[in-house]
Amino acid sequence: MTGQTVVILGATSAVAERYARLHAARGARLVLAGRDGRRLGAIAADLMARGAAGAEVAMMDLAAPAAGFDTAWADMAAKLGGRVDTVLLAYGILGDQKAAEADTAEMARQLITNMTSACAWLTVAANHLERQGQGTLIAIASVAGDRGRQSNYVYGAAKGGLALFAQGMAHRFAGTKVKVLTVKPGFIDTPMTDGLAKGGPLWATPEKVAADIDRAAAKGATTLYTPWFWMGIMMIIRNLPGAIFNRMKI
Amino acid sequence: MRQPIKSWGNLASVEHDVATPAFREDAAPLLTTLLEKTGSALAHGLGRSYGDSPLNAGGGLLVTRRMDRCHAFDTATGVLRADAGLSLADLHVITVPRGWFVAVTPGTKFVTLGGAVANDVHGKNHHVAGSFGHHVRALGLRRSDGTLVDCAPDRNTDLFRATIGGLGLTGLIEWAEIQLQAIASSDMEVENIRFDHVDRFFDLAAESLDWPYSVAWVDCLSQGASLGRGIFSRGRHAPDGPRLAQPASAKLAVPLTPPISLINGLSLRAFNAAYYSRPGATFAGRCHFDGFFYPLDGVHHWNRVYGPRGFYQYQCVVPPAVAREAVTELLARIAASGTGSCLVVLKNFGDVAPAGLLSFPMAGTTLALDFPNQGQRTLALMADLDRTVAAAGGRLYPAKDARMPADLFAAGYPAVADFKRHIDPAFMSDFWRRMEQAPTKSKQA
Repeated sequence: MTGQTVVILGATSAVAERYARLHAARGARLVLAGRDGRRLGAIAADLMARGAAGAEVAMMDLAAPAAGFDTAWADMAAKLGGRVDTVLLAYGILGDQKAAEADTAEMARQLITNMTSACAWLTVAANHLERQGQGTLIAIASVAGDRGRQSNYVYGAAKGGLALFAQGMAHRFAGTKVKVLTVKPGFIDTPMTDGLAKGGPLWATPEKVAADIDRAAAKGATTLYTPWFWMGIMMIIRNLPGAIFNRMKI
Repeated sequence: MRQPIKSWGNLASVEHDVATPAFREDAAPLLTTLLEKTGSALAHGLGRSYGDSPLNAGGGLLVTRRMDRCHAFDTATGVLRADAGLSLADLHVITVPRGWFVAVTPGTKFVTLGGAVANDVHGKNHHVAGSFGHHVRALGLRRSDGTLVDCAPDRNTDLFRATIGGLGLTGLIEWAEIQLQAIASSDMEVENIRFDHVDRFFDLAAESLDWPYSVAWVDCLSQGASLGRGIFSRGRHAPDGPRLAQPASAKLAVPLTPPISLINGLSLRAFNAAYYSRPGATFAGRCHFDGFFYPLDGVHHWNRVYGPRGFYQYQCVVPPAVAREAVTELLARIAASGTGSCLVVLKNFGDVAPAGLLSFPMAGTTLALDFPNQGQRTLALMADLDRTVAAAGGRLYPAKDARMPADLFAAGYPAVADFKRHIDPAFMSDFWRRMEQAPTKSKQA
């Protein structure tokens, strides 16, 4: 596993950083993409101290890269000498559901950030892996994408769309050495969710989610619910009859 | 965000305004916000301090656990610089595979660098390595006026010495640079020796000075001819073997707090008798460092076994000249009371100049044990023990304390007047409030 090359899209996210640390400990070379140069710099220094063979920063707005998706991707791949073993797409915003209901521009902005731009990155990355003949593409979606709910359907629709897109890609590459993994985490204790009430058995740490992703990717899995019990919870939620579901305030 | 916070002893749930910066650069602005809102603040790491020193009731608490990044690790010299929120467990994941280990480790790996500095924690190797603070090369201290002071043994020395063991009262420790020790392997060579009386502990300690690590477990309920019987354990880093940050074994956990304490006279007597007689009591061989240094970390939330009322920990140190008599007297009082804990620790400290103004370790013998909280009865027993400690010229460890009388603190820490000059006016803890408010009389926690 040593000498791997990894691109992290949204490297300041808590889960992405924990995932990057696992690769750093194995001596990987990483490219860290995101908006905040100081934070990315602190993360890069940390990854180097943890054993990474390289950690370069690619500063950009991932939802709308100034250079365009194709050029921005090519620049990142070039930092790794053209070979990319693993891509983790981890950026996203929780978004304000009420604001999106009231304002179409805000609604579109949330969809572009969480889905449209993400699908663009998956496209350029997947084409690169296809040319290489191998590689792993990981997209972090959400259990919120499994069924539309009144409390967060804009976020849910974007993550659900992303999951469907990645699922289609996994189908496209079935039987090849290009692997596409869709990750559906539940509640994670990160800065992104600090506005929610926390505690209790449903909450997972970013370390735990990152370790689950690492294991699933190594196995070549196509879908991962993390922690595992969300698979059962979402199976029930997906299959609840509308008559019952629509009476629930979730 | 308003949030109830408990310390490790589970004695009380205390409301705080909590801020958890994700990056070190967020700490200063969040500290300012906390101070504007509540008027006082205190840094809080992984909450392993037992009493009220990590709490600041009604005030601000700046939780550092997400500030856990390394700035630099020189694998040639073993110098590591990192954010204050990095835990020793995570630090070892980084350093052990490359042959480095903290120079001093407490009995749990779930402490942050900042907490290790602020409490100047000690370990089983105090007699050869001193305390954690002796291995701090520099630290960044954020004061409430916004300045970041670079403190080290040779710059801003006074503030450096006040911050080592300073219980977080001199400001927010943002980062620290420490010197690690080289290890060839993550294995330890260990010898466990059973002893039938506390007298024998002192002989074994004297015979074991060439072992870098030594500590004893004591059966706190045995009396008379077997008073203070126990198991003396000594170890050293093995000269060869694998370098694994974690042992290959599953974790246990206490999933929730049982309605009553599981530790009572009956269960304790049974445990102690079984522990004393177990084959491991005379073990000599190799084990991973995790089992040697962190036996309780294997059971997550072990503090819950004491039930909803929580527990006190009592840790004192008494000077060498009177250590034998004082420790014997303390153990006799505890045994007669019939209360106490499974894990009672006895260790000789070395004669090392303290690293900080309020450092706990001093030459002599330290005794540490837990007491399930049984209200007045427990407080009265500890007040009894205080008398022996005070008469011996000893002191108690603030990191473990929730009830020591202010006069005992003042008597035990003669540098406290000097220390007070370095306190940041906006930093406060419940422990400090207690020491300041009750100048002479003992007060119930």
